[in-house]
Amino acid sequence: MKNIFLFIQRNFTFLSFLLLEIACIVLLSNSSKTHQVFFTSASNELTGRFDKQYNNWRYYFSLKETNQLLVAENARLRNLLPENFQAADNSKKIRIDSLVKDSLGRIRKYTLLPAKVIGNTVTLQTNFLTLERGSLQGVKKGMAVISSSGIVGVVVAVSENNSRVMSLLHRNSRVSAMLKKDNDAGSIEWDGADPSYLILKNIPKSSKVAKGDTVLTSTYSANFPSHLLVGTINNVVADPSSNFYTLKVKTATNFFSIQYVYLVENSRYAEQTAIESTPEKN
Amino acid sequence: MSDLIKNIVRFILFIFFQVFILNEVPPLHQFIVPYIYFLFILWLPFNINRFALLIIAFVFGTVLDYFTGTGGLHAAPCVLIAYLRPYLLNLLIPQDTTENSYLEPSIKSMGWAPYSLYVVILTVAHHFLLILIEWLQFGTFMYFVGKIAGTTAISLLLIFITEMLFFRKAKFRTNA
Repeated sequence: MKNIFLFIQRNFTFLSFLLLEIACIVLLSNSSKTHQVFFTSASNELTGRFDKQYNNWRYYFSLKETNQLLVAENARLRNLLPENFQAADNSKKIRIDSLVKDSLGRIRKYTLLPAKVIGNTVTLQTNFLTLERGSLQGVKKGMAVISSSGIVGVVVAVSENNSRVMSLLHRNSRVSAMLKKDNDAGSIEWDGADPSYLILKNIPKSSKVAKGDTVLTSTYSANFPSHLLVGTINNVVADPSSNFYTLKVKTATNFFSIQYVYLVENSRYAEQTAIESTPEKN
Repeated sequence: MSDLIKNIVRFILFIFFQVFILNEVPPLHQFIVPYIYFLFILWLPFNINRFALLIIAFVFGTVLDYFTGTGGLHAAPCVLIAYLRPYLLNLLIPQDTTENSYLEPSIKSMGWAPYSLYVVILTVAHHFLLILIEWLQFGTFMYFVGKIAGTTAISLLLIFITEMLFFRKAKFRTNA
């Protein structure tokens, strides 16, 4: 304490000089905007430099903690990777969240549910796909199955968590289809020969069908929405014994490498099939 | 006239002269701004207390700043030269003789050469700090140096004229 007083006493002139200069600077920065800005920014620069240095040191000491945080973050993000989920298990949610009515008042008819293909054959005469999505996730018998490139088949059996889909490549598969060109409707079947080609029957010879024409699902189908791509005409054969063509259709869907499909739920499926199966009373 | 009253009169006259005459001069050149007010500090008596000197310089500069509305712009260099003054005087004058026999720095009391050196150094120091804190940056270095040189030259000229006009009789210290 004594030394401090001695120091002050010895350097009294210099200290008072400094004090007065500081007073001048304070006066100056109070009176002039320019000087105020300058001194403020200068002091900010100085303290900022110290802050940066200090922060560098502190950063070093908190590296361990930061690592732990990063590891936790990584684990959380990895758990979010899509491979970790077998099937999107949110069908109920989707059905609830989907708009029942849109802003124009139209009522939603079709709801699409994603599903992963876990089983698929193409080499048999009766080919089926197995999807990892079942009745608990909202799959019902008769739902249409489409892929991103074209239609795939129809659900024929449902268990709790899986469903079995009759592929288009099945001797008994029948889907109503039409030519995009003139909307002439026919029936898509499979002759069991080549998994890349389907047969479109019942197109009348009046239709001006040509190779390369697009085939879409028709508006008559109960399970398929209309205007989904089926394939393209590959070969036109005029059957001389009937009034109909037999058309060879290249499938739009590649059945050999199918990974994900969408199940299409028609909210009026039951109603439509019920009225279609009512015996006529006449 | 006592020293105190004489210096008070000088205080007022230097302030008025600087504010109402030199500051009213239209700008001659970007390098040249006439300053002479700090001559008051240079003329203060030898035997004044260092701390008192600093306070007087501060008050003097602040009063000028009140007139020009510049806060502490002139007070800072005034305090600086008030701080430097005793060291410089110790270097420039023989200890025992002048300071004891004369009252204040002048040509007569110090001699031509030391007094000129004393004035030049303090003028340069004053202008250096003044221009520095006025600009807050060196800017172009040549411009900065040129401004200091020009302002110093015009100040020295004014001081020279002042010394010629108001020849101060070198007073001896009385044995009071």
